Amino acid sequence: MGGEPLMKQVFNDIPQEEYMLSGHTACPGCSAALSIRHATKALGKETVFVITACCFSIISGQLPLRTFELNVFHCPFPSAASTGSGLKRGLAAMGDTTTQVVVLAGDGGTFDIGLQGLSAAAERNEDIIFICYDNEAYMNTGMQRSSATPFGSKSATSPAPKVKENPKKDIMKIIEAHAIPYAATATVAYPKDLLAKFQKAKTIKGFRFFHILCPCPPGWGVESDQTVELSRLAVETGVFPLYEVENGEVTLNVTPQTLRPVADYLGSQRRFSTLSAEDISKIQATIDRSWQALLNRSNTAEIQEG
Amino acid sequence: MEQKIITGNQAVAHAVRLSKTQVVSAYPITPQTTVMETLAEMWAAGEYTGEYVNVESEYTALSYCIGAAYAGARAFTASSAHGLAYMHELIHWAAGARLPLVMTNANRAMGAPWCIESDQLDSLSQRDTGWIQFYCANVQEILDTVILAFRLAEEVHTPVMVCYDGFYLSHTYEAVNIPSPEVISQFLPNPRTQALFDLQTPTNHHGLVGSEAMSQLMQVRFKAMARVFDRYNLLNTQYAGITRRSYPAVEYSGPENAKTLFVTAGGMAQTIKSFFSSTEREEALVRIKMFRPFPMEDIRRYLAQSHVERIILVDRNVCMGVGGIFAQEVRAALAGLSGLPEMVELNLAGGLDLTPELLSKALLAVQEGEKMIWAVNLL
Ligand code: SF4
Repeated sequence: MGGEPLMKQVFNDIPQEEYMLSGHTACPGCSAALSIRHATKALGKETVFVITACCFSIISGQLPLRTFELNVFHCPFPSAASTGSGLKRGLAAMGDTTTQVVVLAGDGGTFDIGLQGLSAAAERNEDIIFICYDNEAYMNTGMQRSSATPFGSKSATSPAPKVKENPKKDIMKIIEAHAIPYAATATVAYPKDLLAKFQKAKTIKGFRFFHILCPCPPGWGVESDQTVELSRLAVETGVFPLYEVENGEVTLNVTPQTLRPVADYLGSQRRFSTLSAEDISKIQATIDRSWQALLNRSNTAEIQEG
Repeated sequence: MEQKIITGNQAVAHAVRLSKTQVVSAYPITPQTTVMETLAEMWAAGEYTGEYVNVESEYTALSYCIGAAYAGARAFTASSAHGLAYMHELIHWAAGARLPLVMTNANRAMGAPWCIESDQLDSLSQRDTGWIQFYCANVQEILDTVILAFRLAEEVHTPVMVCYDGFYLSHTYEAVNIPSPEVISQFLPNPRTQALFDLQTPTNHHGLVGSEAMSQLMQVRFKAMARVFDRYNLLNTQYAGITRRSYPAVEYSGPENAKTLFVTAGGMAQTIKSFFSSTEREEALVRIKMFRPFPMEDIRRYLAQSHVERIILVDRNVCMGVGGIFAQEVRAALAGLSGLPEMVELNLAGGLDLTPELLSKALLAVQEGEKMIWAVNLL
């Protein structure tokens, strides 16, 4: 592949099939829509989505319209993991063991209201893929704070100066504690990595979890052409490391030589506009610690990305 | 057919097994727990061959069934009281999605304070969710109703809740005829072996709609509910043809020209009947088995007769500010008719035991002209 232009390399590696129709109602520049579009390319036709209350309740289309070229079943907010598990078990009871059941939830449906059912499904090692697309607040209802909202962020329910005081919940650690076969982080600036992870997850039986960081223009206070850049910055600053956990083994997928300062990531986002220099150093120190901890327990496999 | 001495909860488990249920999601709550324990034993022994899944809450118990029914599988769960309340959002969802689920509820009081006695407010609070609701009077009826419920649910695409008194029926042993699987297969078709949806024709199921579409869908459900009376009568007749046991939506027993009618639901009907036979009384009993849809016509036929002078409405539940809930429904069914009999309520809210002694005392209170008789004051 050596001499080919970078862009061409990337597109050659991405399946041409589309399972999300264009013209849907996500905000311009929505990286959640872009991430899921790529995920479906890896998942393929034999996939059923279970979607809980989140931006995708809207993005998937108001009846009779539909966005997905796949069957979608909607379910009440806290029930994503359990409805998906029931669907998979129902199919199994009728002899269908091949159809992939993929649950789609936002950070609200994963970190907060859906956590109990998620934990239970992981503990039972239900044979489903659970995708958390994390835009770090309740965006569908208009940017209210969730437990995935980072320290220091403004939101509709944590307006300045009452910005969020607590750090973001570490959902991957919670998921890891369930000893499931596969968990991975992904983000849209690294589409090859995202695709490879979904392709791998498809071949694994049991509970598989994806944590996808999804920069959200209206929620984060950025322009619609900034989402991919922020997605990359999140990885390069160590805010959101890309890694996989397979049966307890941690593999770092992208390992920057040195982390970029977190200020590069925070600076352009209006949700962080009230952070003080002291806040930023506090955030930097937290990232440095968690990055080192991750390095200490992981194998590294560097990945080339366009 | 075999005859066994079993409890109401065990009867449910037998019915679920005989119905070739494909997915059971299990979570314990008093007094329902032994339904799920009996099913677990049947599962471990290879007698129940579907999926049996231990979940972490009632919320998941019902959403698991919703998922299984999305796939097209025959699914079942059971609950009581706070468990049922915890499911509430999903109870609505299952009906809106037209899923043919069957759930049993061993009636129990709603806290606070904690009380595990057999008040019916738990399932009656689910009145407006769009489920069909039955109240059973004995253990045999519980077994038969669960089997009838699966067939009915699948024919009218509406979930069915089968309710029975906690402890009075859930834990009481009675002699029960357990039909053979061959007999049941004459009545209940085998469950699906293929998914309800097709990978080639993607559909956006139960996604967002506007008010017009929502109103249309609700009208469709309303009409489906109206079909339940005829459908149920037909299925009941068919089931009776096979098993010789029949359970009309509203059951009348006692002398034809009785001047006083007792109206009740569930196991209290058995007590009232035995009270009649031991005292050779002249009252009659109207037992409401089907609560949703509410059999208004049957109620009018039995209650609005010129020879009826008094109706005693017996409820083991209370709607604060109104009265017994069955009483309330009966009053609504009779509203607007002229020359109605006197109506008296006997209320056993909290799960009080209806005994013959209590009935005798209640009749004295009726003679004295009381209109709302709290059974607890007669103890
Ligand atoms: S609010 Fe954010 S996540 Fe939701 S559709 Fe818009 S950009 Fe996407």
